Amino acid sequence: MESTVWKFGNDVDTDQIIASQYLLLPDVEEMKQYAFESLDPGFAGKVKPGDIIVAEENFGCGSSREQAPAVLKALGVKAVVAKSFARIFYRNAINIGLPAMVCRDLPGHVDTGDKAEVDMEKGVITAGGQEYPCTKLPEYMQKILNQGGLIASLNKE
Amino acid sequence: MGMTIGEKIIARAAGEEKVAPGEIHTVTLDRMMSNDGTTHLTVDKYNTKLKHPRIADPKKVVFIMDHNVPADNPKTAAAHKKMRDFAREHGIKLYEGQGVCHQVMMEDYVCPGELIFGADSHTTSYGALGAFGTGVGGTDFLYAMVTGTSWVMVPETLRFNLHGRLRKGVTPRDLILKIIGDIGANGANYKVMEFAGDGAHGLSISDRMVLCNLTVEAGAKAGIVEPDEKVIEYCEKHGRKAEHMFKSDEDAVFAKVYEYQLEDIEPCCVRPDFVDHYDTIANVEKEKIRIDEAFVGSCNNGRLDDLHMAAEALKGKKVSPRVRFLVAPASQKVYQQAIEDGTIEALVDAGAMIMNPNCSVCWGSCQGVIGENEVLVSTGTRNFKGRCGAPSSKVYLANAGVCAASAAAGYLVSPEV
Repeated sequence: MESTVWKFGNDVDTDQIIASQYLLLPDVEEMKQYAFESLDPGFAGKVKPGDIIVAEENFGCGSSREQAPAVLKALGVKAVVAKSFARIFYRNAINIGLPAMVCRDLPGHVDTGDKAEVDMEKGVITAGGQEYPCTKLPEYMQKILNQGGLIASLNKE
Repeated sequence: MGMTIGEKIIARAAGEEKVAPGEIHTVTLDRMMSNDGTTHLTVDKYNTKLKHPRIADPKKVVFIMDHNVPADNPKTAAAHKKMRDFAREHGIKLYEGQGVCHQVMMEDYVCPGELIFGADSHTTSYGALGAFGTGVGGTDFLYAMVTGTSWVMVPETLRFNLHGRLRKGVTPRDLILKIIGDIGANGANYKVMEFAGDGAHGLSISDRMVLCNLTVEAGAKAGIVEPDEKVIEYCEKHGRKAEHMFKSDEDAVFAKVYEYQLEDIEPCCVRPDFVDHYDTIANVEKEKIRIDEAFVGSCNNGRLDDLHMAAEALKGKKVSPRVRFLVAPASQKVYQQAIEDGTIEALVDAGAMIMNPNCSVCWGSCQGVIGENEVLVSTGTRNFKGRCGAPSSKVYLANAGVCAASAAAGYLVSPEV
């Protein structure tokens, strides 16, 4: 299935993904309408389930708020692809079962609105007829992701 | 091949003789802290998602309300009630209004050599006492609380050798913001920033906390100052014993070694909207940038040293009528000391608004939020776009002296020497 790309730049911090003033709302469902409010005010209304986020370096830097990957997942974002991730966001995304894929080359070749196909199994993204390989997750993290996140894996213990 | 401080702490927590960067280990955590920024969601997950809900050891868990205290609306009050009720039901120690979580943890819990998870990115602060504190999200925190364990990938270590002393009017905040400016907002991503050398040992525990706290703004997993006599003294003064004083081995491997001469550091003024947009106040003040608000507080800079510096900069002056000057002591203990030594009175006389100890303006919700196109100069931790209010507002980061002097002048300026 083809995904629509939503493209972001360098150092997108978690305050941009979901601002502090919404973090104490009762649940993620109520928060998700404010995702990327300061960077792209209409984002939550435009993004469709199955779409992907593509960004440059250091995506998700700043605060440890898990609400950041959680609102993206709640909006149906299929994967976040970036040249690099800040470590807490990366860990949080895997923990809640949102694929965070490190891909050095794709971000320079796509823009918002482009189509891309994500092959989770192979760790390859195809866009504009070109294949872009992603860095393999450590086996330990891949297992958490495959089980649907850390809670699902805990419930299996 | 020897180990670094971070590697030794992880080895201890993993029950291993030796660990090396890149390895993944299961570790037993010494302590876990969560605050009101995320705990209500963690509690929901605990109550609805777990097959076998349990808490491995409630004595190792601490809940601290500091982000939105006191509650400012009914939804926040509901989130707080959820946290409070859960803590009472499960025998978890709860703090409410005693201070910013990291300051409270330092005053009441942290010991050298410990591995601590905090559901807050600035948990790196605990490296001031030679501990490995790292920020995690709610799900990681929940797993840790339930099992008492977690997994960590052993990070590489960057070593910062500090030499000499900071000049008068220059603070560890100026030093760490200079370092972040040099290495960039992801310059230490996934790594430990270790500080040693005579310059590091010359710093007080409060100073070291400033240093370690902001290491996460370079992406670090932890920031650790090599522990020494001052750490032992601090622990004893606070009724604790310093048992695991780890130092890096002579033959430890560092990913990179940096040297900093502290006399060369100047008071900074970091420009919007990134923490690595470093500049000096000497440069910025030439532009006569008008401000609407100034703030002294936060887990980075709300301690007695900072309040003293602010009061000193305001001596014989008044806060400009065009500026709101907000001060939030980092904890009730700091607040009381500042009352006793007359600092609070001096600040109030000069026109400052004193807030209860909490995250306040730095976290951009609850108190002191700035409006469209307004400019704030702050001792807070971050200056991201919209971090402290409206998306079009701007935040400059500086030390307490610069913030207070700017509050009086109405524009960004150095304190008079």
